[in-house]
Amino acid sequence: MIARIVQRLDWTRLGLLGAVLLLASACSAVGWNWDTPMSTVIPKSDFGKLTHGIFMLISWWTLGIFIVVETALVYACWRFRERPGAPIPKQVHGHTVLEISWTIAFAVILLIIAIPTIKVIFKTQEAPAATALRVDVAGKQWWWEFRYPQQKITTANELHLPVGQTVSFALNAPDVIHSFWIPQLGGKRDVVPHRVNHITLTPEVPGEYHGQCAEYCGMSHANMRFRVVVHEPAEFEKWVKAQQAPPVDSPDALAQQGKTLFSQSTCVGCHTITGISAGHIGPDLTHFASRKTFAGSLMATTPDNLTKWIENPEHMKPGALMPNLGMKGEQSKALAAYLLSLK
Amino acid sequence: MATHAAFMPGAKVEAPTFWGAVASWLTTVDHKRIGILYGSSAFIFFLIAGTEALIMRLQLARPDNTLVSAQTFNELFTMHGTTMVFLAIMPMSAAFFNYMIPLMIGARDVAFPRLNALSYWIFISGGLFLHVSFLAKAVPDGGWFGYANLTSHQFSPTHSIDFWMFGLQILGISSMLAGFNFLVTIINMRAPGMTLMRMPVFIWMSFVTQFLIVLAFPAITVALILLMFDRFFGTLFYSPAAGGDPLLWQHLFWIFGHPEVYILILPAMGIVSEVLPTFARKPLFGAPVIIYSGITIGFFGFGVWSHHMFSVGMGPVADAAFSITTMLIAVPTGVKILNWLCTLWGGSIRFQTPLYFSLGFIAMFTMGGLSGVMHASPPVDLQQTDTYFVVAHFHYVLFGGSIFGLFSGAYYWWPKITGKLLDERLGKLHFWLMMIGFNVTFFPQHYLGLIGMPRRIYTYAGDLGWNFWNLVSTIGAFTIALSFLVFIVNVIKTARAGRVASADPWDGRTLEWAIPSPPPVYNFARVPEVHDRDDFWLQKHGDGHGGAPRPKPAPVTAAEIAAIHMPPPSYWPILLALAMAMMISGLLISMYQVIVGGLLTLFLMYRFAMEHHRPPDGHGH
Repeated sequence: MIARIVQRLDWTRLGLLGAVLLLASACSAVGWNWDTPMSTVIPKSDFGKLTHGIFMLISWWTLGIFIVVETALVYACWRFRERPGAPIPKQVHGHTVLEISWTIAFAVILLIIAIPTIKVIFKTQEAPAATALRVDVAGKQWWWEFRYPQQKITTANELHLPVGQTVSFALNAPDVIHSFWIPQLGGKRDVVPHRVNHITLTPEVPGEYHGQCAEYCGMSHANMRFRVVVHEPAEFEKWVKAQQAPPVDSPDALAQQGKTLFSQSTCVGCHTITGISAGHIGPDLTHFASRKTFAGSLMATTPDNLTKWIENPEHMKPGALMPNLGMKGEQSKALAAYLLSLK
Repeated sequence: MATHAAFMPGAKVEAPTFWGAVASWLTTVDHKRIGILYGSSAFIFFLIAGTEALIMRLQLARPDNTLVSAQTFNELFTMHGTTMVFLAIMPMSAAFFNYMIPLMIGARDVAFPRLNALSYWIFISGGLFLHVSFLAKAVPDGGWFGYANLTSHQFSPTHSIDFWMFGLQILGISSMLAGFNFLVTIINMRAPGMTLMRMPVFIWMSFVTQFLIVLAFPAITVALILLMFDRFFGTLFYSPAAGGDPLLWQHLFWIFGHPEVYILILPAMGIVSEVLPTFARKPLFGAPVIIYSGITIGFFGFGVWSHHMFSVGMGPVADAAFSITTMLIAVPTGVKILNWLCTLWGGSIRFQTPLYFSLGFIAMFTMGGLSGVMHASPPVDLQQTDTYFVVAHFHYVLFGGSIFGLFSGAYYWWPKITGKLLDERLGKLHFWLMMIGFNVTFFPQHYLGLIGMPRRIYTYAGDLGWNFWNLVSTIGAFTIALSFLVFIVNVIKTARAGRVASADPWDGRTLEWAIPSPPPVYNFARVPEVHDRDDFWLQKHGDGHGGAPRPKPAPVTAAEIAAIHMPPPSYWPILLALAMAMMISGLLISMYQVIVGGLLTLFLMYRFAMEHHRPPDGHGH
């Protein structure tokens, strides 16, 4: 009896089924961790929460439809499989009442989704209140510039925001289209050249978040990242004060040598350091060392990384528009020491 | 000459010499041979684009990987997308249009056989032109939708974008010619009695697709011409600094691009609508509803383009309007799926390979459709657009949908086309490997997108939680590759020692199964008369309510066959396509080549037009 059952088993299918089950269990063992640095599903802002509400609403409806359709499909395949000697099945051509009812059912489900969708569209695109903090964002190949016109601060690749305060971002790009995106704080908005786009949101949880360009913008699109630090209001005020202060460089000999080198080389053509230079093509370096990362948030701000970057930017970030200035050994170390002294 | 014997009905085909055989394929105007050419070329491009995908998956298998450079990766995803859309899926559908439309409507060929050959040869020149960019070391790198102003001369100074721009322009000519040809064929060449509502649903979906092609391609043609003027003649259509608008490109591209999605999926929906009834041994449930749904999808497809642009800042009114039209399109799509389910319901389902792929289509396309509803909501789309969630979504639609559907068609019509049955065991192995590989590759990409992985990045940091599922996705991609290896083995094995197929191996329902496998040059010795949608099935089985099978028609006589006139082969299509390619490639090489190629094109167009011209009074040749 058992031998007969074993004989009749379809080993190929069983093997495949086993493989699938094994893989599925292995995968679930590793788990789906949703709380990651760029997660879109644990929102930390009002904007993110509104979006996520709609996402969950649609997810439940689609999950329901998915289960019904796939179950019906599998059941129909099993229940109506061909049996030996079966006659030709009844030739059914259709059913008008059924057709009308499921058309209406689909329309109703979509209406349930459409109404809150449209509400959120209009709510999230309201003009920001006059009290909102304004940040001008410029997406450039391949880094981010953030200007705070009210505070007169310019920084790069690192955005600082106070918690609970509505921020209105004005987005612009001097070169090609980019997209400004901080997944944990809400959806993206494209940064279009010669056009000012807006996005308004209120961060609700202090912490450090990742942002990244989301519209393909050329060679180093993947390296166009940034960091966002959401502070308690007092902390944010402290940061603003520090950024507004003029740069204080260190008396250290190497750093001073770097300062001389900086002011005498082509660096000044592209970079601003308040009181030293006024270049606008590259990032403002006035408080360079206060930032945790640099070069499109690609690397941690360490002497080693910075030296390598100065010696060969193209090697660290393909296509980088900062030219290789031929700085070597002592020169690049001195420049790095100077920049790292600009707290 | 052997080439001429091939079109002479009833004539004995002498064993052709090798070059005779080559010449007969190069000059053929037989829709069946052109269909085979389309199918095999598309499959080769499919393998090339698939290989590009595998290299990308290897690069992304772990964080900070350095297998390929940023530049190479950007070229890979651009060529993968462009090739899959224009050189693999569209021509695979075209293979079935070519081969099956005349057979299923009871015609002996398409309306314009030489134009059909011309479409194919222009398609091949376009495909080759795009791939010559690899030899010229200027591979397109602007993404398959080539957003302005990254494609401007300022930001893409090499010829890479030129290859892409002219390549698409050439392919557009081919699609337009083919589109009109099939429209005229379907409208004019149906067998007597085949009213529009008696047409097989595959023909209906092909019909809608041709309308989409001839209405959507002009939009991209215009967009590409503006781009050409910007790049070659210094105009500033897309240049924001001079008052142009890069968003103009996005609107023009997606007015083409969204109908294009339906151009890719409707033929597969048509195939599924033929395969399900055949293997469930039951008529298609709600066939008129499926037809109307297809037409509705085609119409709505032109009113949803801006849902690709929810993040560009169009304002709440436009966002809301395009959101609603996009959600509307889910209604006819959902209706189709339920009708397919009801076709299976109550049937007597024979599980053979073509059906597996059609079932795979329903199961996977449903998922792609449902995630599509998510992006229809702009707030949700703002989080998901340009992430791997969208990559997962459109692969569930285009791979889970189109490719599963097209391979269902390949297994279904293989015996008709080659006269041999593909091996069922290998076929099912292909299906299961592809099904598992597909889901292992693309399902985790939903998750990766939701935890923030953007698309089109050649590298990522290791601390974002993306590492494990990217590796899994890579393993899945190689499983898919393995499944196609099984398919190739199956094809080779079958060609050598396959079971010979009868005229009607699946107990089919439509006209193509009434004629031998493979069909004779003239398809139908006697043009059939059609009385119903599933005419051939009713001839065999009666109406299923006790009505007797129809009487068999009288056998065909040799005199009838001898009276059939088929068009002779022609050299002009391939020569004309070559001259056009010469003219267009001259734009990247030398103006003299453009002029010579252009004059040659004009001359060959004249010869092409006059080839069969006979002055009415008997003068001339």
